[in-house]
Amino acid sequence: MIWQIAAHELRRMFLSPLAWSVLAVEQIILAYFFLIGIDNYMALQPRLAMMQGAPGITDLIVAPLLGDASIFLLFAVPMLTMRLISEERRGQTLSLLLSAPVSMTEIVLGKFLGVTAFFMILVAMIGLMPLSLLSGGTIDFGMYAAALLGVALLTASFIAVGVFMSTLTVQPAIAAVSTFGILLGLWIIDWAGADRSGEYSGLFGYLSILRHYQSLLKGVFNSSDVIYYLLFIATFIVLSIRRLDADRLQR
Amino acid sequence: MSDATNLIQLEHVYRYYGHTCALNDVSISVGKGEVLGLLGPNGAGKSTAMQIISGNLAPSAGQVWINGIDLLDQPIAAKAGLGYLPDQPPLYRELSVDEYLQYCTRLNRIPARQQRTAIATAKERCGLTEVGRRLIGNLSKGYQQRVGIAQAIIHAPAVVILDEPTVGLDPLQMREIRALIRELRSEHSIILSTHILPEVQAVCDRVQIISAGKLVLNDSIEGLQLRMRASSLLVGLRRSPSIGELQQLPGVEAVEAVGDDSWRLHYRPEYNPAEQLALEAARRDWGLYELIPERMSLEQVFVDITRSDPTEHDEGAAA
Repeated sequence: MIWQIAAHELRRMFLSPLAWSVLAVEQIILAYFFLIGIDNYMALQPRLAMMQGAPGITDLIVAPLLGDASIFLLFAVPMLTMRLISEERRGQTLSLLLSAPVSMTEIVLGKFLGVTAFFMILVAMIGLMPLSLLSGGTIDFGMYAAALLGVALLTASFIAVGVFMSTLTVQPAIAAVSTFGILLGLWIIDWAGADRSGEYSGLFGYLSILRHYQSLLKGVFNSSDVIYYLLFIATFIVLSIRRLDADRLQR
Repeated sequence: MSDATNLIQLEHVYRYYGHTCALNDVSISVGKGEVLGLLGPNGAGKSTAMQIISGNLAPSAGQVWINGIDLLDQPIAAKAGLGYLPDQPPLYRELSVDEYLQYCTRLNRIPARQQRTAIATAKERCGLTEVGRRLIGNLSKGYQQRVGIAQAIIHAPAVVILDEPTVGLDPLQMREIRALIRELRSEHSIILSTHILPEVQAVCDRVQIISAGKLVLNDSIEGLQLRMRASSLLVGLRRSPSIGELQQLPGVEAVEAVGDDSWRLHYRPEYNPAEQLALEAARRDWGLYELIPERMSLEQVFVDITRSDPTEHDEGAAA
C-alpha cells in the first residue's frame, strides 16, 4: 500500500509543470557549476602536476559539485514537499485516504517515499555529470559513492522535515517557508557554537545537518553520520504520523 | 453491543470542538438495504456525524460499528466496508477519471485482477463510461459529483455515506443522482445527508433529524408523512353560508374566512369533515367549487421539529 501511494505521488508530481521545471533548473544551474569546476581544475592543472599527492578530479570537481547541489536542494525540497499534505487538506482530498483502509503510517511513508523517489531521480541526474569525466580521466569511485550517499541522505532528511511541516498547516506556502526556515537553521546552527579557536561545540556541531554531509563529501564514510541522518528522518516521519493522527482527534 | 443486522451503528456519540459541542449523545443505526436520510439545518452536526462514521474524525466519546466491526479499534478492517463521499468530492483534478478510479481501487486493496472490472462497473453505474479518459478538472460539476460517487462505491462497500450528494447540481442532474442512489440501495446501505427535503421523500426509507448536535427525530418516511397529515381544508363556496352553519359541521373546530367566498376549516385530526361538507354543500346549494385538503409541507414539519424541541436551545445558543 505504501508503494501504491508513493507511485501515485510520483506520478502526480510529473503531471504538474513544477516537477519538470525543478529538474530543468537543476540541470542548468548544476551544469554551470560543473563547468566552473572543470575550468578551475584546468587552470590549476599545471601546478597540480608538479605536486606530490595532489588532489584529484574527484576532490576538485565532484565534491564541490555535490556540495553546491545541497544548496540547490535546500531551495527545491520545500517547493515540492509543501503541498504533500497541506494541499490535500485544503482540497479536501485527504478524506479519500482517511476513509480508505489505509493506516496513517502508510499514508506518511507513501508520501515521503514518493517525493524521495523524485529527488533520487534528480540526484541521479546530478550524479551522471561527473561520470562524463571518465572520458578524459579517472574518478575515485569510493569517494564518489560516499558523496552520492551523502546527497541522498541529506535530501531524504530535507524531505522528512518538509513532510512534517506540510502536516502542520493548510497553506502550502507556510509549509514551504517553515521547512526552509528549519533547514536553514539546522544548516547554520553550528556557527553559533564555534568558539574563538574555531572549535565547534559538541552539541551544535552534532545537530548541524551540513557537518555530517561534509565528512561524507570528503569520502569519509562514518557510520555515525549515516545514523544521524537515519535518526533525523525517522524522527520527522514519526512526528508526521502523530500529527496526522491527531487531526482526527482535535481541530 | 453491536447488532448484527445493523450495518452502521453509532452509540451515544459525542463530539466536542474545544468547548463547542457539535454532537451530543447521537445514536444512529442503519439496517441492510436501508437508505437513511440525515437531515438538519446548516451547522447542526450532519457533516460531523458523517465524518465520524467515515473515520475522518474520532468521536470524543461513544462507539461506532461498521458492518459489526468497531471503527475505533480496527479502523482498517472497518474502513474496508465503507465508501464515503464528503460534501466536497475528494478528486485530483489533474488525473483522468480512469487514473483516479484506478488509484481508488488500489487504495481500497482491490486485487489487481479485479481492478479492471471494478472500475468498469463503477463507471457504468455512475454514467461515466464516456468520460473515462477526460481530466477530472475539465468535467462539469455534475460529472465530478458522479466521479465522487463512483469512488465511494468502487469497492462494493456494505455501507455508503453520501454527504450532500446533490448540492450545487441542476435539477436534471439531481434527478439522475437520485435515481442512482435508488439503484444503489439494492446492494448497499446508504446514509445520505441533505437539507433538500423533497430529496428525502424521494429516496430515503427512514429519516433522522439532527438539530444543534442532538437527534430530535428518528422516523420512517411513512411516519414522517403521517406527521404531515392534513388538519385543515380550504373550501370555496359561491353562495356562502354563515360561519355558524359551517362550524356546526361535525368535526370542525374552527372556521376562518380566507377571502370573500373561501374558508379554511380546521378540524380534529381523527375526523375529516370533507365528505360531510360536500354532502351539505350539495343539499343546501352552497355552490361548492373548491375543496382542498391542506397538507403540512415537509418544510413545516422540519421547522416545527427543529424549533419545538426546547432542550436544545439554551440561553447561550439562542442569543
